[in-house]
Amino acid sequence: MEKAVVTVLGVDRVGIIADISAVMKKYHINILDIAQTIVQEMFTMMMMVDISQTNDSFDNVKEEFDKLSKVLNVQIKIQHMDIFQSMHRI
Amino acid sequence: MPGIYEVYETLKMIEKEHLDIRTVTMGISLLDCCDSDSSKACQKIYDKITKSAENLVKVAESTERKFGIPIVNKRISVTPISLVAASSETKDYTCFAKAMDQAAEITGIDFIGGFTSLVQKGFTKGDENLIASIPQAIASTRKVCSSVNVASTKAGINMDAVQRMGKTIKDLAYATKEENCFGCAKLVVFANVPDDNPFMAGAFHGIGEPETCINVGVSGPGAVKAALEKVKGEDFGTVAETIKKTAFKITRVGQLVAREVSSHLNTKFGIVDLSLAPTPVVGDSIARILEEMGLEKCGTHGSTAALALLNDAVKKGGVMASSYVGGLSGAFIPVSEDEGMVAAVSDGALSIDKLEAMTCVCSVGLDMIIIPGDVTAETISAIIADEAAIGMINNKTTAVRLIPAIGKKEGDMVEYGGLWGKAPVMKVNKYSSFEFIKRGGRIPAPINSLRN
Repeated sequence: MEKAVVTVLGVDRVGIIADISAVMKKYHINILDIAQTIVQEMFTMMMMVDISQTNDSFDNVKEEFDKLSKVLNVQIKIQHMDIFQSMHRI
Repeated sequence: MPGIYEVYETLKMIEKEHLDIRTVTMGISLLDCCDSDSSKACQKIYDKITKSAENLVKVAESTERKFGIPIVNKRISVTPISLVAASSETKDYTCFAKAMDQAAEITGIDFIGGFTSLVQKGFTKGDENLIASIPQAIASTRKVCSSVNVASTKAGINMDAVQRMGKTIKDLAYATKEENCFGCAKLVVFANVPDDNPFMAGAFHGIGEPETCINVGVSGPGAVKAALEKVKGEDFGTVAETIKKTAFKITRVGQLVAREVSSHLNTKFGIVDLSLAPTPVVGDSIARILEEMGLEKCGTHGSTAALALLNDAVKKGGVMASSYVGGLSGAFIPVSEDEGMVAAVSDGALSIDKLEAMTCVCSVGLDMIIIPGDVTAETISAIIADEAAIGMINNKTTAVRLIPAIGKKEGDMVEYGGLWGKAPVMKVNKYSSFEFIKRGGRIPAPINSLRN
């Protein structure tokens, strides 16, 4: 399993998770876990996903999220799990 | 599995606190490029660099995207050219710098270091030629950086080299007068130079290094300052602990990137350099960290102690985060590249003398300091000698990167833009060191016991 983290930051509204999940489905990305909270008055969502079965390159998936980010007017990022793992776990 | 707050903290460090990888530097050995015919040697150098670093930028960029962390510069360091060019019959080494510059252009990297000479004990023919070629070589190239090591704890200080470098810096300033003497920003004079430093202008690929390797330098002053803002008024134990934890996180990112890039390029992972490297952007300053500790302005009394704590805590946090640590590893205090330092100089809080004191407890030295254009070569040499003495006696790296701004006087502002920033011309002691520098010869290596 190869994991990545998708984070969404911005103003909450209807359908954000649905739109993001649609992209996941298109690229065969499996959602493993979802967490959400309000940090400093900002809607923050984190999805843990499995990218090992994806049918396209990481760069293309990233680009798709960049596009969606503009449409939804929230910040969407996909980053490989290793950066969080190495920073916060010994 | 990291929790949502940890993920959010990482994002905040990258986006708001300017955490980034300052440089991924590929070291390349050029020892197999020697040739008695200099044009053949230059061709071999060009071929070797372009082949070895063919995918460096591509891999670094895909790593940026994969982890969502910016890599600001991609660089190359090569074997000191004085060693490679020594077998060639030419005396003018400008052609070697041009070959490096062309290779840098083709590979798409930002800077290439290694127009270097190691002369702490004396000059070889290659060293003589290289140092004489520096003004022309640096003035006629864009991306080439040069460094000269004039002293070490084991060899002492080569005062002939110190004398020569004062003049070389002046000559280079004149040769690049049209660009505010910018050439001098690409030349650094060292004591105890490290072999694996990824930072410019002092990067070169030492002779004990492998064929190729990847060294990484991180940058995170903003993240350290933000962490300290949360422990306002607490004692120094807490301050040190907070810096250590932040340095650990920053260095882990460096380690991750170094491993990723080196494995994709099928080359060795060299080291992570633990240096905290500032940029001229607001919120990415070492001076502001010292001020956060409680100093009204960087440069006031207490600055050396604050910097000592910072430097040591960064190393302690960083060492555990990476399997291999090297390079300069410490806080940098360049003036023009650090918005807080520039402000401190402008407000009259920070002088060259205080900066010299601060270099005793951090890496690297008097860095990116702009001085009046009419300062004599001997005075520049004397500044180098002082800094080299600090390095030699204290078993540490020190360096001098001064820019005599021709036509500018104390207080004038000189601007370079980008990572190089801008700074006011600083005051230099007006009394002469001429007779001192004129003596020449070597200052003997120091005794390493009876330390006081």
